[in-house]
Amino acid sequence: MILKIDNVTKNFGGVTAIKETSFSVAPKEIFGLIGPNGAGKTTMFNIITGNYTPSSGEVIFRNEAINGLKPHHIVRKGIARTFQNIRLFASMSVLDNVLIGFDFQARYGFAESILRFPRFITEERRIKARSMEILDYFGMSSYAHDKAVDLSYGQQRKVEIARALATNPELLLLDEPAAGMNPSETEELGEIIKKARVDFDLTVLLIEHDMKFVNQLCDKVLVLDYGKTIFEGKPADAIQDPEVIAAYLGDFHND
Amino acid sequence: MNNFMIKKEQWLKISFVVITLWFIWFANTHFDEYTVRILNNIAIFIILAVSYNLINGVTGQFSLEPNGFVAIGAYVAALLLVSPDAKQYQYAIVDPYPFVLTLHANFVVALLLGGAFAAILAAILSFPVFRVRGDYLAIVTLGFGFIIKILAINHPEVTNGSLGLNDIPEFSNLYWTGGIAIIAVITVLNIINSKFGRAMKAVRDDEDAAIAMGVNTFKAKTLAFCTSAFFEGVGGGLLAALLTSISPDLFDFFFTFQLLIIIVLGGLGSTTGAIIGTVLVMGGSEWMRFLDEPMHLFGYETAAMPGMRMVVFSLILIFIMLFAREGVMGKRELTDILKWRKKGGK
Repeated sequence: MILKIDNVTKNFGGVTAIKETSFSVAPKEIFGLIGPNGAGKTTMFNIITGNYTPSSGEVIFRNEAINGLKPHHIVRKGIARTFQNIRLFASMSVLDNVLIGFDFQARYGFAESILRFPRFITEERRIKARSMEILDYFGMSSYAHDKAVDLSYGQQRKVEIARALATNPELLLLDEPAAGMNPSETEELGEIIKKARVDFDLTVLLIEHDMKFVNQLCDKVLVLDYGKTIFEGKPADAIQDPEVIAAYLGDFHND
Repeated sequence: MNNFMIKKEQWLKISFVVITLWFIWFANTHFDEYTVRILNNIAIFIILAVSYNLINGVTGQFSLEPNGFVAIGAYVAALLLVSPDAKQYQYAIVDPYPFVLTLHANFVVALLLGGAFAAILAAILSFPVFRVRGDYLAIVTLGFGFIIKILAINHPEVTNGSLGLNDIPEFSNLYWTGGIAIIAVITVLNIINSKFGRAMKAVRDDEDAAIAMGVNTFKAKTLAFCTSAFFEGVGGGLLAALLTSISPDLFDFFFTFQLLIIIVLGGLGSTTGAIIGTVLVMGGSEWMRFLDEPMHLFGYETAAMPGMRMVVFSLILIFIMLFAREGVMGKRELTDILKWRKKGGK
C-alpha cells in the first residue's frame, strides 16, 4: 500500500468533518474519492497534503507517518496536488509555472545564483529541459512562453497537472479535475490521466462529481457522506449501492 | 532557442554595464557639481528602490521598512567612518561610550557592516512576521522604523542623539554610488531570474499553490527581506558618506514614503520600473524646482511659492494612479519589452 489512511478524524470546533475514516490506496491505482458536497473530501485532501493536521489517526505514506509534517515537506516526499479552482501563478509564464515544481530539485545555492556559477547554469538548463519535456507530453510546449492566465480553461488544467508532475510525485491528488470542462475535454483529460499513470509511474487519488468520468477512470472508489465512509469498492457497484443513492438523492424513508 | 535567449540577455546586461560605466565617467569629468550630486542621489535611490522592490513588488509582501534599515546602515557606517579625533568633539549631549570612540574602519568594511547589520535585523524580524500571513509585515516594519528613530534620539552615548553625527568623510562619489548601484541591480536581477526569484513570485501570486509545489515560502520571503535589508543598509552607508552628516530626522517615514512612490510609479515587481521610477521622481523633483521660484506668467509676476512643486508632483502621481495603475512598466522588464517588440514587428 502506498497510502494508508488509518482511523482519521478531523474536528473543526464542534463540527466533525471526517469521522474515523480508514482506507488504503495501492500503488499505480486510480482511486476515486466521491460523495455529496460537504462530505469531507477536500478536507481529506488537505489532511493528506499536510494543510490540516488530523485530530486523531494517522496518514501513512510509503510506511512512514506523514501527519504533522509541513506541507512543503510532504510534497518533497512525493505527494503532489492540483486545486479545485485552478490556481496557476497568474503573472508567470507557462514554463515558469512548471519550473516552480523543480524548486526543491534544483541543486544550487543562493550565492551560486547571484554569481552565476557553472552549477547554476547547468542546473537551470537541466530543469528547463525537463519542464519542456513535461509540457511537450501534454502538448503544451508551444505555449511555454505565454502567460498562464491567457490559456483556455482546459489548457490551464493541463498546465496545472504538468506543474504537479514537475515535483516528481509518486502520488498525485486531483481535486475535481473535470470540473468546468465540456464532455470532449473531460474525455481527453481521462485519457491523459490514464496515460500519465503509466508514463510517470503514478498512483492517482482524485475527487470527482462526474460519475461517468469516475466510472471510466477509477479502479476503486470510496464514498464519503458527512465524514463517514458509506461505500468502498468498484465504481460500477457504487452507483447501485442503496446507501450511496440515499446519500446523493436524500433518504426519504427516515424523515 | 533557450541558449540563444540566455546569451542575448547576457549581452544586454553587459552592454548596460558598459554604457552605465561610461556614463559615470563622462558625468564625473564633464558635469558640474550640482548635477553630479543629483546623479549621486539617483544612484543611491536606485539601490534602495531596486532592493525595496524585491520584497514589496516581487515577493508581494507589503513592507514599510526602508527608513529603518537605511538608518541602521547610515549609523553603522558613520560610526565606523568618523575618525576618533573628530568624534571627540562631537558628543555634546553626553560623553560617548569608550568603545564608540575607538570604532574605525575603511569605507568598504563600513558599508558591508552596515548592510550586514540591517540584514541580521531583518532575519530576526522575519521569524515572528513571516510565520503568519497578512499585512503584519507592514505594521511591524512601520513600527520598526519609528523604533529605530527613537533609539537613535534616545541613545546619545552612541548616536549623539538628535544632533546626529557630523564630519563623516565624503567618500561617496559617482564611482562608488554608481558602481554599487550596478552591483545591486545585477544581484537583484540574478536573484529574480533563478529558482529563488521564481519562488518569490510564486509567493506573490498564490502562496498556497507555491507551498503545494514544495516551495518553502518562509525561506523565500526571508531571503527577499534580508536581501533588501542588506542593500538598504549599504545604501544608508553611501548616503551618510555623501551627506557627511546624519541625524534621526533624516530617516522618518517620509523617506520610506518616497521610495514607495518610486516603486509604485515604476511598476511594482519590475526592476526596470524601479530604476525608471527613481529617475522620474528624483530627477523630476529637481527639475520642477523652478515651480517654487517667482515666475513670469502671461505678463504677471507671481511670488515665490515654496512647496508648489510638491503640489504639482502629487497631482502627476494622482493622474498616474488613475490612468496607469500598474505604473510605467507594470510587472514587465526591459527584456520582456524587447521580446514583445520583436514578436510584434513580424
